[in-house]
Amino acid sequence: MTDPLVIFDLLLALGIVALAIASLSVRDRFAMIVLFIVFGLFSALAWVRLSAPDVALAEAAIGTGVTGALLLKTLHHLRFVESRTAITEAACAPVPLGVLLANAAFCGLITLGLAVAFLGAPSAGPGFDALVAEAMPASGVDHPVTGVLLNFRAYDTLMEVVVLLAAVIAVWQIERGLSDAPAPAMGEVWQGFARLVLPAIVVIGTYLLWVGAEAPGGAFQGGAVLAAVGLLLLLTRAYVPRPEHRGIARGAFVLGTGTFALVALMVAGGGRVAFEYPLDHAKTLILLIEGMVTISIAVTLAALFHGREPVALPKGGRDDT
Amino acid sequence: MLEIVAASLIAAGTIFFVAGTVGLLRFPDIFCRLHALTKADGLGLALIALGVAILAATPGAVFRIAIIWFFVAVASATCSHLIARYARQSGARGQHD
Repeated sequence: MTDPLVIFDLLLALGIVALAIASLSVRDRFAMIVLFIVFGLFSALAWVRLSAPDVALAEAAIGTGVTGALLLKTLHHLRFVESRTAITEAACAPVPLGVLLANAAFCGLITLGLAVAFLGAPSAGPGFDALVAEAMPASGVDHPVTGVLLNFRAYDTLMEVVVLLAAVIAVWQIERGLSDAPAPAMGEVWQGFARLVLPAIVVIGTYLLWVGAEAPGGAFQGGAVLAAVGLLLLLTRAYVPRPEHRGIARGAFVLGTGTFALVALMVAGGGRVAFEYPLDHAKTLILLIEGMVTISIAVTLAALFHGREPVALPKGGRDDT
Repeated sequence: MLEIVAASLIAAGTIFFVAGTVGLLRFPDIFCRLHALTKADGLGLALIALGVAILAATPGAVFRIAIIWFFVAVASATCSHLIARYARQSGARGQHD
């Protein structure tokens, strides 16, 4: 007798594939984004079914929430630009066949690589569970995922933080100037909603960061939830980025990477391998890194949502938004 | 006994979700659809949350379920309001996008 949950899993898997196809084939850009967001929520559910609540939280917060907000913001921006320059959706040239084929080839190669990796992996082996469980006392935290991310494989996590930093640097290089797009007027109900949930988001984001030491949660999930505070503040126009705030923002962008690298260098300077934290201070160091990385992630994601370096350009400069 | 109560609450909540989805698919315009969806889902979610809370082991879990219910209810009500507001304003300008 099979587990009744197998039926649920099959439906879930079918739903994910169907949503992926739908979001790629639908013509309306708004529908495309909405389908992508639903796709992300289903993926988060799939991660829960795979007993990976950490990944599920990250998928829900970053892959669905923040990415969805970024896509919707981009759509708003595109519509504003189109209304000014009279470029309509229909006037855009169709994608050349060569580009389509190249994309299909790349996607096929990635799928093939994943298949090879999946089929080549030891199928019935114990995996790294036993190794990680054995080494957990040396990690300074109680949650295996946090132990792996911040201690055993800290170098990978450092690179992830660097990727985010590189993204915001690129965005600030490309888009500059104070926003002159009209603020979306969303009414009093929305303002009240923002006032109500803002403090709750701060508590939940900090809780996710703190609980990461012993349960699912951590810097990326907490940072993404805290970034929602930035999104709410930007959308309600309670906070408008000013040129003189750029110094603070730059500091916040590099805070996580800087702290992470500094701790690694200091540990390495003490006659150890980088990221081989001294056991007495492991928990403190991990919490310090996670806290700083959380601030960086939150500020960086909010800055990516704003999507421009707030600098006062001289009149008659670049006339875009 | 508690399991039976919880299961019937969750089942009742699911019926409301199904009814809301039928309304979303069958009703003619956006306002009717929103009406069906928000009413049904609000009650459906409350019933499911109540059923799950009965099964929850610790007071902390019950508290968390209550908080989740509250924020999801407030967020979905606000979203529906925003959708309806946008539909009314863009409809008044004769735009459908």
